[in-house]
Amino acid sequence: MLSRVAERIYWTGRYLQRVESTARLVNVYTNLLMDLPKDIDISWYNLVTLNSAEAEYESRYKVRDERNVVKFTLADDTNSGSMLVSLSMLRENLRTTRDVMPESAWELINELMSYATDSVKEGALNRGKRHEFLTQVINQCQLIQGYVASTLSHDEVWDMWCIGRDLERADMTTRILDAGANVLFAHDYREKSHIPLVVWGNVLRSSGADHSYRRNVAASVLGSKVVNFLIYDEFFPRSVNYCLHAIEQSVKRLPRGRKVMTAIKELHFSISPPVTFVELDEELSDYLNELQLNIGKLHKIFAETWFSLD
Amino acid sequence: MSINWKEYPLGDFYDELISGNGNPRVPAKRLTSYLQSLDENELLRRQKLADTAIQDMGITFTVYTEEGNIDRSWPFDIIPRVISAKQWQTTADGLIQRLQALNMFIDDLYHDQKIIKDGIVPKELFEQSKNFRKECIGISPPQGVWAHICGTDLVRDKDGEFYVLEDNLRVPSGVSYMLENRSITKRVLPELFEQDNILPIDDYTDQLYKVLASLAPNISDPEIVVLTPGIYNSAYFEHAFLAQQMGVELVEGSDLTVAKNGYVYMKTIGGLERVDVIYRRIDDLFLDPKVFIKYSVLGVPGLMKAWQTGKVALANAPGAGVADDKVVYAYVPQVIKYYLDQDPIIQNVETFLCSDEKQRDYVIANIDKLVVKPANESGGYGMLVGPHSTKKEQAEFVQLIKKNPRNYIAQPTLALSTAPTLVGGDKVEPRHLDLRPFVLQGKSSYVTTGGLTRVAMRKGSLVVNSSQGGGSKDTWIVDQEAK
Repeated sequence: MLSRVAERIYWTGRYLQRVESTARLVNVYTNLLMDLPKDIDISWYNLVTLNSAEAEYESRYKVRDERNVVKFTLADDTNSGSMLVSLSMLRENLRTTRDVMPESAWELINELMSYATDSVKEGALNRGKRHEFLTQVINQCQLIQGYVASTLSHDEVWDMWCIGRDLERADMTTRILDAGANVLFAHDYREKSHIPLVVWGNVLRSSGADHSYRRNVAASVLGSKVVNFLIYDEFFPRSVNYCLHAIEQSVKRLPRGRKVMTAIKELHFSISPPVTFVELDEELSDYLNELQLNIGKLHKIFAETWFSLD
Repeated sequence: MSINWKEYPLGDFYDELISGNGNPRVPAKRLTSYLQSLDENELLRRQKLADTAIQDMGITFTVYTEEGNIDRSWPFDIIPRVISAKQWQTTADGLIQRLQALNMFIDDLYHDQKIIKDGIVPKELFEQSKNFRKECIGISPPQGVWAHICGTDLVRDKDGEFYVLEDNLRVPSGVSYMLENRSITKRVLPELFEQDNILPIDDYTDQLYKVLASLAPNISDPEIVVLTPGIYNSAYFEHAFLAQQMGVELVEGSDLTVAKNGYVYMKTIGGLERVDVIYRRIDDLFLDPKVFIKYSVLGVPGLMKAWQTGKVALANAPGAGVADDKVVYAYVPQVIKYYLDQDPIIQNVETFLCSDEKQRDYVIANIDKLVVKPANESGGYGMLVGPHSTKKEQAEFVQLIKKNPRNYIAQPTLALSTAPTLVGGDKVEPRHLDLRPFVLQGKSSYVTTGGLTRVAMRKGSLVVNSSQGGGSKDTWIVDQEAK
């Protein structure tokens, strides 16, 4: 596989995952805010913080309200991380690698693209239509994932796709956890103990993990258990641990992967054996930040190994 | 309401489907009566279906504008253009004949130039040609073939005969649109494919692969790539399409490198991999910055040397464009006669060479009736359509011709054939069209079944280029004799 193509496939995998995660996140957030009492000051602005996009947001918007944040996160074409921009990046990357992807992948992405842009024009960002719109986007993303998984040969192209997808998943999981933690330790909830429950329940839902958590961990949602589950669980496909393991498996099959392998092993080692978080405090936040930085470093090593042309 | 063929406003041209008084031509009978059975809503629905299919399939072409490049959907009319299989067979023979002769001509020009020594064509013909490459002199590509892929533009005149309008021997494009047009039509008018014997067209990419593979005769499983100038090229869609259909890599110049041993390699995640055949969709002058345009970043430094020493095959070979010069065009009938000792099966359009004094005087005197074209442009740019031009434009062209007579030719304004085209609801009107079949030559020759039909979507317009408001139709070769 050409290095240039490898890079674009890797990003195709990442962007598809990012589109899905962003849709999921906004959907869950909309639900979360409906469940919280009015006097609780949990702001939409957390969605901006979570994507480290404060500067971009501030340069364009004055008011940090639902309307602006949702527009910024989903549809602002000047926000490099918005869902629509991710979608068009996804399309652009696929457009330049169509020769290695199954034919209909391209067709499905065009459909998704025109569905999303048309819907936004027709007011799909409003609360009344948002849920249906985002659910549809999530479904389409899953459809493309499924289609590619079942028709693309599981060769180098597939491995590149998976590496991109899994790295993006790991990254997103750390961000969602971070956002949940931040919401909570900004306030004192001793008198409103049901609120952490609501927040962590939604953290699980953002990762599509609520079912799996209940089956495998506990029926009741407990912050420390949620954190441990989403970082260390061996079997849940969006836990950081699982994603790293999956990347390791893909890298094993790719040429010249030795340096990448070493880096993954180190990172993997650094999160196991698990640090158990009982108190969800600054320490957790630092830990998650560190993890995010290390994930970023992995990306750099991928690029040096496979994407650089010279 | 549905289409009423009796009201079809046939012009003073040959029409592809209707012969007169609303009567269909024989091969189009089933088609026209089927279309008539659809009411207005149904026609609308089908046209919409086609437009959605085009969007979903991402069939686009790029238009260069001052505001930047715009990716446009492919304008498509659902009513196919129909040609009888019998007539097509003769045309196909003529196209093969023509490409064979042109390849012999190119090979001769870069070797002994017998045709010039024998006084058939003048020496100035290649000496002043922009597309003659001295770097190609003495080179012998496999099988003596220079132009492996040719797109020939055919038009049908009032008499119903096909004429060659021009040969495209450099990097002809459009074949992917021909193939996509068919898959759209299969979605839009599926019923007709059960009834009519419409010949299939989808073996083109197999044939292309075979021709490309035959350029590396000593390698059992050659590495073939399609070389594209990149995403901003108007035909990028096609480059990706062809690579995908053939199952080969689509590469850009920066993906390739010429190693110390003189061979060409592509940069892969596993390291360098040797490339044997390059189907290049980049113009000669951008191929190799060491030899041609120095600042070109599209090409590969050292590529020409690799080709000259036989270490990589290029299709089409550099320098092949010398034969699609519009002045050379005027001599093609003689070229065919000289190399093959045959009469041309398809005729040329009458052509006046401005380099010849007598013909030039005629052109200048009749400039308001003629179409004047520069010898080396493509895409319909830089030409003058006499009857549609102002006095001022005509005077400008007279100056241009006088300044550089070798660079201009002129042809009578053709009565380009028409075909019924949907212009809204159940209304059909005639629109002018041409046809671009694709001809392949490697060890053996091949012609597409039909070709790409391009339509001038504006009423009365003769310009079919997609960059200038042209659209397209599916092209059916219908075999009435087969059961």
